[in-house]
Amino acid sequence: MKIAYYPGCTLKTTGTGLEMSAIAAAKALGLELVELERWNCCGTVHSLANDNIINNLAAVRNLIRAKESGYDRFVTLCSICYNTQKSVNNIIRNDEEKKGKINSFMYEEPDYEGDVAVLHLLEAIRDEVGFGNMAEKISKPLSSLKIAPYYGCLLLRPKEIALDSQENPTIMEELLSATGAQVVDDPYKTECCGTYHTVVDVDLVVEHAYRILSSAVKRGADAISTTCPLCHFNLDRRQKEVGKRYGDFKPIPVFYFTQLLCIALGLGEEPCNFELHYVDPRSLLAEKHLL
Amino acid sequence: MRVRISRKKLRDEVIARIEEISGEQISKCFQCGKCSAGCPSVDSMDILPNQIIRLLQIGEKDEVLASRTIWVCDSCFTCESRCPKGIDVAKVMEAARQIILRANVDKVKPYEIDEKTFEGLPQAGIVSCLRKFTG
Repeated sequence: MKIAYYPGCTLKTTGTGLEMSAIAAAKALGLELVELERWNCCGTVHSLANDNIINNLAAVRNLIRAKESGYDRFVTLCSICYNTQKSVNNIIRNDEEKKGKINSFMYEEPDYEGDVAVLHLLEAIRDEVGFGNMAEKISKPLSSLKIAPYYGCLLLRPKEIALDSQENPTIMEELLSATGAQVVDDPYKTECCGTYHTVVDVDLVVEHAYRILSSAVKRGADAISTTCPLCHFNLDRRQKEVGKRYGDFKPIPVFYFTQLLCIALGLGEEPCNFELHYVDPRSLLAEKHLL
Repeated sequence: MRVRISRKKLRDEVIARIEEISGEQISKCFQCGKCSAGCPSVDSMDILPNQIIRLLQIGEKDEVLASRTIWVCDSCFTCESRCPKGIDVAKVMEAARQIILRANVDKVKPYEIDEKTFEGLPQAGIVSCLRKFTG
């Protein structure tokens, strides 16, 4: 089955491990992610100012591109893109005045009525494939791996965009259980990673990352699973700074959930780009006889 | 701390503007403190999120606009998801930032950042940072 796919900028640079593994895993599950022919940056963080209309335009253009190509929904992989695209779509669907302003400002484009749905790949796998059917395709069960799921903020908050329970989401747990992995319950799974502060305030991100990572380690996790290239950067790359500040810190690999899927589906490490990770997960996978 | 509340302060234009930009009604807050209890960044803040709302309620805008808190808040919406009065505190923080940024005062000056800082950083992080910290 073909489904439209909106990548966003980061998946073409530091997040190629997420993009390539997602495309490969989805294909093995019968979902062909077809990249939109034209797309632009979604604008990253969604503007929270009521009177800021202009920052919604980039995301609306992407939705128009999808509609032009005949799609009534598209899948995102990056949590930030998911959040921004869905928030802007909600504005178009629920705020007539803003919709009118946006459409009249973009007079060169056809009017957009909010009729393209924004999905995250987690939802697409759950609803289009089903975790039960997915489990049947697992050729290398991850039963020897203890994984702590990490959602971060943007898949769950604010309320209007939440793809699962805000306080105790379980969608990633269900997916990981279907791969055979042992899921580690971690109360820090919905805590913020420090996001864009990583550019100008590394210390703040180090504190967030240390709390999240050491909680997973303390609960016996071998690795963490995430969905967002910025969370991945803060939890993986920033382990260098975390290790410098906290001498007792034990490094822990951070996977994209799609990389774990690739391993479990028997697709090997090739689509995973593990060489981009700071904490290389390959030694863990080899130790558990999964590579 | 002694705070003098006056009618003039309570009707402050900037505070009305913060309500307008955020779309939130600050007087609804009854100071339960759930926003501050759940906030993952309070360690780095100088004023707690519920105190920011309280200061705005009593007309003390200067303290709010000078705080580190409004810049530390990175809109993770934990407060929004837990507020029993339905106030989106993240939007109030954004509005306070906008008051400063719209006066053409950038919190982060991109041209002063060492190029090496950007090496290997995800674009999503860089663009988000500049959107939140520049006008």
